[in-house]
Amino acid sequence: MEEKPKVVVSRTRKAVSTAKEFNFTEADVRAGKDSVASYRTSAWNTFKKLPLPDTSLEAWRRTDIHQLPADKFKFAGGGAFHDLPPVREDLLQPLVADQHGGQIVLLPGGSKIELDEKLAKQGVIFTDLRNAEEKHPDLLAKMIGKTVNVEEGKFSALAGAFAQNGVVLYVPKGVVVEEPLHSVLWGPGTDIAHISHILVLVDDGASVTYVHEAASPDLKGANSMHAGLVEIQVMQNASLKFVELQSWGRHVWNFSHERARVERDGNLDWIFGAIGSRITKNFSELDLAGEGAQGRMSGFYFTDGDQHLDHDTQQNHLAPHTTSDLLFKGALKGKSRSVWQGMIYVAPGAQKTDGYQANRNLVLSDAARADSIPGLEILADDVRCTHGATVGKLEQEPLFYLKSRGIPQKEAEKIVVEGFFDPIFQRIPFEGVRDRFQQYIADKMA
Amino acid sequence: MSQLEIKNLHVSIEGKEILKGLDLTVEQGKVHAIMGPNGTGKSTLAYTLMGHPSYEVTDGEVIFKGQNVLELEPDERSRLGLFLAFQYPVAIPGVTVANFLRTAINARRRAENPEDKGIPIPEFRKLLKDKMSMLKMDQNFAGRYLNDGFSGGEKKRAEILQMATLQPEIAILDETDSGLDIDALRIVSEGVNALMNKDMGVLVITHYQRLLNYIKPDHVHVMMAGRIVESGGPDLALHLEEKGYEWIREKYEEEAPA
Repeated sequence: MEEKPKVVVSRTRKAVSTAKEFNFTEADVRAGKDSVASYRTSAWNTFKKLPLPDTSLEAWRRTDIHQLPADKFKFAGGGAFHDLPPVREDLLQPLVADQHGGQIVLLPGGSKIELDEKLAKQGVIFTDLRNAEEKHPDLLAKMIGKTVNVEEGKFSALAGAFAQNGVVLYVPKGVVVEEPLHSVLWGPGTDIAHISHILVLVDDGASVTYVHEAASPDLKGANSMHAGLVEIQVMQNASLKFVELQSWGRHVWNFSHERARVERDGNLDWIFGAIGSRITKNFSELDLAGEGAQGRMSGFYFTDGDQHLDHDTQQNHLAPHTTSDLLFKGALKGKSRSVWQGMIYVAPGAQKTDGYQANRNLVLSDAARADSIPGLEILADDVRCTHGATVGKLEQEPLFYLKSRGIPQKEAEKIVVEGFFDPIFQRIPFEGVRDRFQQYIADKMA
Repeated sequence: MSQLEIKNLHVSIEGKEILKGLDLTVEQGKVHAIMGPNGTGKSTLAYTLMGHPSYEVTDGEVIFKGQNVLELEPDERSRLGLFLAFQYPVAIPGVTVANFLRTAINARRRAENPEDKGIPIPEFRKLLKDKMSMLKMDQNFAGRYLNDGFSGGEKKRAEILQMATLQPEIAILDETDSGLDIDALRIVSEGVNALMNKDMGVLVITHYQRLLNYIKPDHVHVMMAGRIVESGGPDLALHLEEKGYEWIREKYEEEAPA
């Protein structure tokens, strides 16, 4: 009998994970009532079960976090903010109008909440998560875990189980909130795990503008982390303009899972601005769940030094006659790296949908690198979906032209970069946000 | 009175010598025209004077206001008083004509005085409005992105608008007539003539005599194979129009060492 050849498989690329594990325990899961308690239990179970993601997972192939000092992080105790740098004043200024309808400041171990009485009387709820857990358990039951599944990943489970605080925004049926609502997540300190959970429900026919900003001081040589969940529901005929900005310090490892579901004839205008953090891995998904639902996603990012920002977007057309329009634009300096990975998914039967996605990158130094990966998965036959992805460099001719008019090199570069971002500015209905992005460009180009 | 003095200018692009010892003096208050067949280095001269990084100067100097401008960056040359109206103006998407011009004016002001707060908006608006009316330009032009989707005529008019706003002392017009119909040509030329004054010298680079019917030169120079080979008065242009470049080529080649 012939002996079977012995096959030896040697894998040269073994997924070696040197990542540390988190030291969080079940005792760190904050107690909650009914639905919150069961949600957190399931998040905790998922958290225990899942290892830290490594580059063998498709979604994490381009973002390596094996150096994350997970074992170092701890949660801030109550009142910790008293011993940490206070929130930067400029972050508290209104961005999209002269004044706020309400403002929440989330701090390590504390928060400040303000809401216009008029809005409160109309039934608008805009408060922090801890307060909502006490006062609005029934509302929370309709919001928590309703769009992001904690099982999506290690960090969604982490944020679900250990949210230290968050924002709960509810706009009742038919209520039109004129003055924008504003929240700031201020994350000072080192070796801290800032964990946030943001929940938004805009009920039938209601409308609101909400700006959320996460920021921290810049601390060289240190580490902190943020893990966040953003769960949004835009109900029938409702409208939400949601602006989220992050300017985390260079020592912050930033992870977020975000998902917005838009019901019949609802409308979401979703704007992202990202300039901070050491590493960001963001999953942002738009579910167009009801017929006629519309969603627009506009992203601005600018990286430098050795920053690494990874945005993973998904536009899910789950019903007919839905429209999505995504444009992410980024500039890169230094040795920084950006990743954009986008997918338009059209479910069977979601006919007459119109999906668009584009990602444009401007690489300003030889050592920087942008990866741009668009994708389409279309299971309906009467749809219109288009996409585009580009990575370009600063060209010599426009710079020479501008310089020939007396404009110095650095300013000429800034003009070209601003011009590059202009299509994003055109999509942003708020002058204050546009000004903020201009300021980001000026700071990064300085 | 200052003048632009080009002395023994040698320029190469990608290792190939294009300008081979060019001498020329452009005086303020005068219009100089350079004519010559295609491929003799006219645009190379224009780009080199403005400092395009692809053109390598291997010898010679260009003196203006006591400085060798070849040692200056393009923006410094501009602020010193040089201006180039491009043959092919570059589109700058996302930047409006108005914003761009204000930036250019403010760059000048800040170079003189680092504390300068920039031109006041009302003053700038009035300036722009006046210059645009002079060039018969629609006011909404100021809000369009610079050269982005402009027609050939619009681009050339935008170049002259920039010249009118920046008020250079030496203006180089590189084939400004190319791509223009007769009406656009007239408007652009009238604009240049209106701007002309005793403090501004103009160097008109053109392949055709046509433009010189509108912008009257004081001096005409013929360029061939990287050098000025013939200089004369306005008659020289007419002569070239009539006889072509062949007679010069023959004369020049006879003179050239075998």
